[in-house]
Amino acid sequence: MSSIKQVINDAVEKGKEVYEKVRQPNPIRLRDLIRQIRSAKTAAEERAVVNRECAYIRLTFREEDSVWRCRNVAKLLYIHMLGYPAHFGQMECLKLIASPRFTDKRIGYLGAMLLLDERQDVHLLITNSLKNDLNSSTQFVQGLALCTLGAIASPEMSRDLAGEVERLLKSSNAYIRKKAAVCALRIILKVPELMEMFLPATRSLLSEKNHGVLITGVTLITEMCLQSPDMLAHFKKIVPNLVRILKNLIMAGYSPEHDVQGVSDPFLQVKILKLLRILGCGDSDASETMNDILAQVATNTESSKNVGNAILYETVLSIMDIKSESGLRVLAINILGRFLLNADKNIRYVALNTLLRVVHADNSAVQRHRSTILECLKDADISIRKRAMELCFALINGNNIRTMMKELLTFLENAEPEFKATCSSKCVLAAEKYSPNVRWHIDTLLKVVEAAGNHVPDDVVSSTIQLISETRAEQAYAVGELWRHLSVAQLEFQPMIQVSTWCIGEFGDLLLNGQADVTVEETQIIEIYQKILWSSQCSITTKEYALTSLMKLSARLNQEVGSIQQVVSAFGSHLNIELQQRGIEYSQLFTRHNHMRGPLLERMPPFEGVRGSGTEGEKGGVAITNGLDNSPDNQSLLNDLSSPNNNNNINSTHENNESNALLLLLGGIEPGEGDTVQASTSPATSTTNTTPAPRSTVNADILDLLGLEPGPTAPSSTTTTSTSPAQLSHTNNSSSPALLLDGLLNNTPSTTTTTTTGIAPLSTPTANSTTLPTNNFIIPQSLSQPSVPGIVAYDKNGMKLDMTFEVHDSVTTINMLATNTSLAQVTDFLFQAAVPKSLQLQMMTPSSTSMAPSATLTQVIKVNNPSKVPLRMRMRLSWQANGSVVQDQGEISHFPPALWQ
Amino acid sequence: MQFMLLFSRQGKLRLQKWYEAHPDKLKKKITRELISTILARKPKMSSFLEWRDLKIVYKRYASLYFCCAIEQQDNELLTLEVIHRYVELLDKYFGSVCELDIIFNFEKAYFMLDELMVGGEVCETSKKNVLKAIAAQDLLQEDEIVEMALRDMGLI
Repeated sequence: MSSIKQVINDAVEKGKEVYEKVRQPNPIRLRDLIRQIRSAKTAAEERAVVNRECAYIRLTFREEDSVWRCRNVAKLLYIHMLGYPAHFGQMECLKLIASPRFTDKRIGYLGAMLLLDERQDVHLLITNSLKNDLNSSTQFVQGLALCTLGAIASPEMSRDLAGEVERLLKSSNAYIRKKAAVCALRIILKVPELMEMFLPATRSLLSEKNHGVLITGVTLITEMCLQSPDMLAHFKKIVPNLVRILKNLIMAGYSPEHDVQGVSDPFLQVKILKLLRILGCGDSDASETMNDILAQVATNTESSKNVGNAILYETVLSIMDIKSESGLRVLAINILGRFLLNADKNIRYVALNTLLRVVHADNSAVQRHRSTILECLKDADISIRKRAMELCFALINGNNIRTMMKELLTFLENAEPEFKATCSSKCVLAAEKYSPNVRWHIDTLLKVVEAAGNHVPDDVVSSTIQLISETRAEQAYAVGELWRHLSVAQLEFQPMIQVSTWCIGEFGDLLLNGQADVTVEETQIIEIYQKILWSSQCSITTKEYALTSLMKLSARLNQEVGSIQQVVSAFGSHLNIELQQRGIEYSQLFTRHNHMRGPLLERMPPFEGVRGSGTEGEKGGVAITNGLDNSPDNQSLLNDLSSPNNNNNINSTHENNESNALLLLLGGIEPGEGDTVQASTSPATSTTNTTPAPRSTVNADILDLLGLEPGPTAPSSTTTTSTSPAQLSHTNNSSSPALLLDGLLNNTPSTTTTTTTGIAPLSTPTANSTTLPTNNFIIPQSLSQPSVPGIVAYDKNGMKLDMTFEVHDSVTTINMLATNTSLAQVTDFLFQAAVPKSLQLQMMTPSSTSMAPSATLTQVIKVNNPSKVPLRMRMRLSWQANGSVVQDQGEISHFPPALWQ
Repeated sequence: MQFMLLFSRQGKLRLQKWYEAHPDKLKKKITRELISTILARKPKMSSFLEWRDLKIVYKRYASLYFCCAIEQQDNELLTLEVIHRYVELLDKYFGSVCELDIIFNFEKAYFMLDELMVGGEVCETSKKNVLKAIAAQDLLQEDEIVEMALRDMGLI
């Protein structure tokens, strides 16, 4: 028994010893801890120091050590600022607050403000301490309590302590009164019902000499007026008092106590000006009373320093908000005009911001500063340029559009990429609204498209096209201009080529018959188109535009139809699915269905509806993307099914009216063909062809036209599998479309990559290309060589990279197609790659660095592999989406072995 | 004013004052976001930043950035003056203040701010009054230390 006791005693002794060792006799000082932490070389080292100290601080907290509590809490506050958790100090702060020593209270309240906020339930405890300290006989203890209450008061605390604050608001001590006023402000923000009780005490704050009390009093009244219309009405009568205070401030001579660079108490002046603004808003009497003083402030304030301008700025806001005299308003705008010339960029920024706010009220006054504002478009500061641009658009009207647009176009040309999209959209809107004539309008849109380069949003492309489409008289001029552009075009700017090819395709005949003020040979046109179609700089979308346009030209040109046929059919073996599809479909129009070609490629009827702006424009843009450049998704599958109606592609570039156009075109087809199509239409919808009733979606029309029951097609349109054999036979069974479909399906590689019986997978187009009737003289040699299946190199984070390959001796050309599968705009796309040492890598410039949602870009990578080693590639990707940078890297090791064997 | 942050050119937080209640996590997120945004700005840019629905006003003094978040209707030019006033006060108090003064006496920097502003509103526009109040409170603390020392020695 005794031995057990002995063992226990020993153990206890030992424990005590260890404990004593751990517990240093005196805690290290705050200063020393900060030094220790600062001398830590690594983050891990710092963490170790902090953790050790935190463990120690916790220990002392548990022991209720009150001697060093203050020091330990102070250290904890420092640790908290470094980002480490410190919530365990909350209770200690409350204990410090309850201590009689001022030093403890000072740190305790500081800790309370940092570690607690109004959501903490410890508030019940702090409310009691606050109540005691608010009644303390030492003004600084009261001050600490008021300061804390002002910073962290919750609704409950506000209710509990409103009485104390109200009492202190009437204190004879200015130091207490000013702080109580801010607390009252916080309380009425949290619990507006408590406003009434502060009213009597608040009124007397204005008859004060002390500026601290005055400024807090004015602030409190401002908040009351903002919160309650009754209070606003009540305080109307203090306008003369405020005017007097302000007058005294600006008239009184130099007072060192409140002087800031020659201005007397700017803080108070600004607060009074703000309150005057609220009191004078919509009240002519009050406005009348303050007119003079505002004019005085506006003219007498020294404007060479920031502080004076702060007051002038506030004065301008007040003048513009109240019912001031017109002369005063002009004075205010002129102050802003002067601001625009100020060397200080902050002041220029504020001026533009304020002008933007008042431009709708006083457009003519702002117009006077137009030239200065235009100058700001050239400012070095980007945010100033942005404001200036917005302001310029607000200032455009019918009278100044020519000069303004000229400046804005210069700005657009040199602007940062991030501005180009918005700026070009706004230019289009402004031109739409204020164009003096159509010729000018077309010129402007073309200049916008040209100046914004690749940053032109889709809606600008579509509104430009729409404008040209609907103004018959200017089509010849437009097409001439576009030809001039296209013939010297930099192929890297896609939107311009898209607009040009669309228009030349539609109105190419005008170009050739001399109406267009240019002389063009048919061969020149074909040459340019070949350049576009085979350029690595042009995006797939652009090539889609160009191909369809070229097809249209086959009905407009006379001599070169043969070359067009050759170019088009060469696309039957293009690596891109859509282009290949179109290539094959279009070449059918030259051979089997040649008699349909003319009618099908008729000019589109002019677009109807709202042009360009807002959602309409957006829709147009989306339609283009969906209709033309997509991988096997819902819509393109439907397009495939409808391939006998080749015009579907042409039409699908523009929604709504396009379905009508499709029907119209079909209606215009000669009787024999009409029968064919009609036969294909299911009985239920057989009227659609003859009566072009507007239909809700293109898809429905296409389905109808195909004669497919919605039932069997629906599943195939939602999945990515290609037409199943069952469906093939289904279509084969129906009489005439079978013919069309048959012809197409036999020659066309399926547009979908998933394998299904009967249809060759897409990635081996060569097998099919042999069946093409024409020889592809313009196809690069590599294309006609046996090609290798493509791979998906990357598909994450809303970015998909497809790679297709061309092998030529030891050089592998990798055509990378990047698709933005996210819903965000991708910018600054960067693809970097590295290959093993024995290989050489050459990266070409990408077709673009930004992608709209579901848009694509291409980049060509050439790898020289003389020793035929297995190809591996490390890649690093980065792009910006939603304002943040996405980065990823990885290794591609699943290249098809055919590349090096 | 919604909050004020002081941070160094290296992005280290030196002082934070929040006048609106936020969870700690959000405070950290906001701090991180603003520090990196402001440090990335070029010197020739203006001192203002539109951020969420607030306006950020910042100014650099030597190696320290002073950053305030104010509401839409507040005067950003005057906020620059408030920042400047605070810097002047610190300068007077520490005698040509530097970042190290604020690191080692962060609590004093907080005390100073609390005398200048309460609940995000300027409550004293006279430099003299602020410094007087701080000096008086420092004196109170010193008296307590003397008193404690005397008590320890058994003199009272």
